[in-house]
Amino acid sequence: MKLSNDEVIHISRLSRLALSGDDTGLYATQLSSIIEYVELLNNLDTTSIEPTSHIIPLDNVMVEDIPGKSLPREDALRNAPDSNGRFYRVPKIIE
Amino acid sequence: MKNGVDASAIMKKYEVVIGLEVHAQLLTDTKIFCRCSTKFGAEPNTQTCQVCIGMPGVLPVMNRKAIEYAIRTGLAMNCSIAPYSRFARKNYFYPDLPKNYQISQYELPLCEHGLVEIIIDNEVKRIGITRIHMEEDAGKNIHEGKGDHSFVDLNRTGVPLMEIVSEPDLRSPREAAEYMKKLRGILRYLGVCDGNMEQGSLRCDANISVRPFGQKEFGTRTELKNINSFKFVEKALEYEIKRQISVIEDGGKIIQETRLWDSAAGVTLSMRSKEEAHDYRYFPEPDLAPVVVGQDWIAEIKKSLPELPDEKRNRFMTQYGLPDHDAELLTVERAVADWFELAVQAGSQPKAVANWMMGDLMRMLNEDNKSIEDVTLKPDQMAGMLKMIDEGTISGKIAKTVFEAMYRTGKNAEDIVKEQGLVQISDTSEIEKAVDDILAKSPGEIERFRAGDEKLIGFFVGQVMKATKGKANPKILNDLLIKKLRV
Repeated sequence: MKLSNDEVIHISRLSRLALSGDDTGLYATQLSSIIEYVELLNNLDTTSIEPTSHIIPLDNVMVEDIPGKSLPREDALRNAPDSNGRFYRVPKIIE
Repeated sequence: MKNGVDASAIMKKYEVVIGLEVHAQLLTDTKIFCRCSTKFGAEPNTQTCQVCIGMPGVLPVMNRKAIEYAIRTGLAMNCSIAPYSRFARKNYFYPDLPKNYQISQYELPLCEHGLVEIIIDNEVKRIGITRIHMEEDAGKNIHEGKGDHSFVDLNRTGVPLMEIVSEPDLRSPREAAEYMKKLRGILRYLGVCDGNMEQGSLRCDANISVRPFGQKEFGTRTELKNINSFKFVEKALEYEIKRQISVIEDGGKIIQETRLWDSAAGVTLSMRSKEEAHDYRYFPEPDLAPVVVGQDWIAEIKKSLPELPDEKRNRFMTQYGLPDHDAELLTVERAVADWFELAVQAGSQPKAVANWMMGDLMRMLNEDNKSIEDVTLKPDQMAGMLKMIDEGTISGKIAKTVFEAMYRTGKNAEDIVKEQGLVQISDTSEIEKAVDDILAKSPGEIERFRAGDEKLIGFFVGQVMKATKGKANPKILNDLLIKKLRV
């Protein structure tokens, strides 16, 4: 499957990656060849195999609804690029 | 579209089609995938941990009670419960979503194919439930002042949500509002959600389109967001219907888009910023094991279900002989239904209790923006007042004053009647004296009455009531008046 330049631009936007116009063609070629390689899997006959979403035979891994400890706020905010000590501070969100 | 008379004629050419997506926060003590508290109103960012703020390498673990609550809801809404269900990642970027994906369900939701009954114009209408799936809530963005920043509180991140998706079965804003009320009632009966729209524990998005009557295909729909109060469900939909019809009547086309309800301006506004984002690249969540629900678990949960609004409504009709309208109104809220039954058990006539509750009590609750749990007035106090009416101690008219005083002060009817001297005057000679006074002052009215204007009886009753401060026994008063006027 060949990716078009428009598709590469769409994907870069969804991924919040800034592509310069020159790179679009290069990535289209490279991503296409990756997809084509993975497409080799299509040659396998999988008609008798259930689609797999989980490879470990586990289900219903659950815990009881009992509160535990949360992080101290200063620890939670410590890794954030910016905060005011109470909230995470982010560039203005324009709706 | 022109305003005025022909506007409503044009509106009537169109059929309205509405489906609602309702988000309900589950009343668990902890979040869906970690053990942080879900308590509302805590200091910002004090109820978070490595899991819910999306630190690398952490793993979500399912809250059993959240699954149980969703199954409870599914059963109460007549859904089939999926024997095998799994979670999925919904990918998008937003500051209130620290992992950059929301864990939700896509294929294989927990509940499907349900239905809920509403009553419209005394008829039962069934609204299909497409699915109920589970997901985690996002954080809260706060936009304050004119600065260059927004602020993010992640306490809400990871609070368990159900999304209840209806079929496009609703045909008017009123039906949508009735359906919302019914859903809220069921959720509160079940104890799985507190139903507080103002605090955001119950939220509603609406898909809405219009089509000329007779057309088979649906019109192009828009999605309305930000409808955060019961009042606005109807208002936002009414606005959007008018907008869509006028676009079509002017020869335009409806664009499929997300629109935001602006309650201050009373309009819906296009959210163009959302247009590109609708590519969520769902895939199965590898970090969560699938959920398998066996018949045993379903049976156990079924056994724990309370009597639900529809069952209660039907019982109220047969057991108490109430009309369906009364039975529906009294059973939408469990606390209201319980209050009614307590008053009846205290010895009152069911229909009398129903009338007082649906009339004076609900009016006062509405005016004060209170719910029945908030008032000190007790059901047996109402029973006491109804007994005083039955025994002729107070008139039905005076009872209104007494009832309001009971509601405001929490005192018993007997005490209020004693304190304010409201005992009905049943002494014939005392009433007769008042009647004679009024008749002496009203020769003109007497003449007109005797000439055939019998409506004037209301005038005489009113005057005597005024003179006796409403305390004259109405039956005795009427008899006396007729006797004296018909001479």
